[in-house]
Amino acid sequence: MAKGHELQVREKQEVAKDQETTVPARYYVPLTDIFESDDALTVVMEMPGVVKDNVSVDLDNDQLQIEGKLDFSNYESMEPVYTEYNVGHYQRAFTLSNKIDRDKISADLKDGVLTLVLPKAEEMKPRKIEIG
Amino acid sequence: MLFARSDPFQALFDLQSALDSSLRSDWLGGTTAGTGSFPPINMFQKGDDFVAVIELPGINKADLDIQAKDNGIRLSGKKVADYPEDVSAHRRERIFGSFDRTISVPIKVDADGIKAEYRDGILALFIPRAEEDKPRKVKIS
Repeated sequence: MAKGHELQVREKQEVAKDQETTVPARYYVPLTDIFESDDALTVVMEMPGVVKDNVSVDLDNDQLQIEGKLDFSNYESMEPVYTEYNVGHYQRAFTLSNKIDRDKISADLKDGVLTLVLPKAEEMKPRKIEIG
Repeated sequence: MLFARSDPFQALFDLQSALDSSLRSDWLGGTTAGTGSFPPINMFQKGDDFVAVIELPGINKADLDIQAKDNGIRLSGKKVADYPEDVSAHRRERIFGSFDRTISVPIKVDADGIKAEYRDGILALFIPRAEEDKPRKVKIS
């Protein structure tokens, strides 16, 4: 291709489990970007096929847990003939290194992309140090 | 019927198994170059017709171009990141850039009847089979 660099699919990764579930349905790890500004930590996750009501975000101390349940009822009466990827619920957890103001956490889901803004707690914001 | 079970976890497992069993099947007859190309495509049969389900989270509809000709469907566009500039990145796993992918389906397609729908980060292409291509019941006289 003349454009040179061709995008390659990143193969979906299954969630590694400590415990097994009785039915071996698979969970997938959502592709995630995380960036930090002076005020907040922003987590952006790809969860195609997940709708707002099926996302849960849980922050327990510094453990951030995110789960997105896939609504797969659309697949009813569809017979796969050729596939390149599989589908499933999404799950991922992070240990946060910043103190977060948990009351101000905001979440937005648009076009299968979940954006979490985790504002830093006031005492954790960087301070400019004046030289006296 | 793909899954007729009442337990949703069992139903999901059945769906996952069904998707696995047609993983890179030869249904497209090797006409589709670039398994591993972006974006990933799943093809389903629904009655007489076909549905392509494509994972494309976070894309602008205006940045997506779909063309159909004969039995070829071309999907091109770009996926752009709209992150602020003055931030430092901890993790970068999402993929951005432009893509251009064509699939040729091994059936006669009613190209005017193709419909596209983008919802929750998933693009679905409804590909109706051409009337003359539909299977006909043969009567024994």
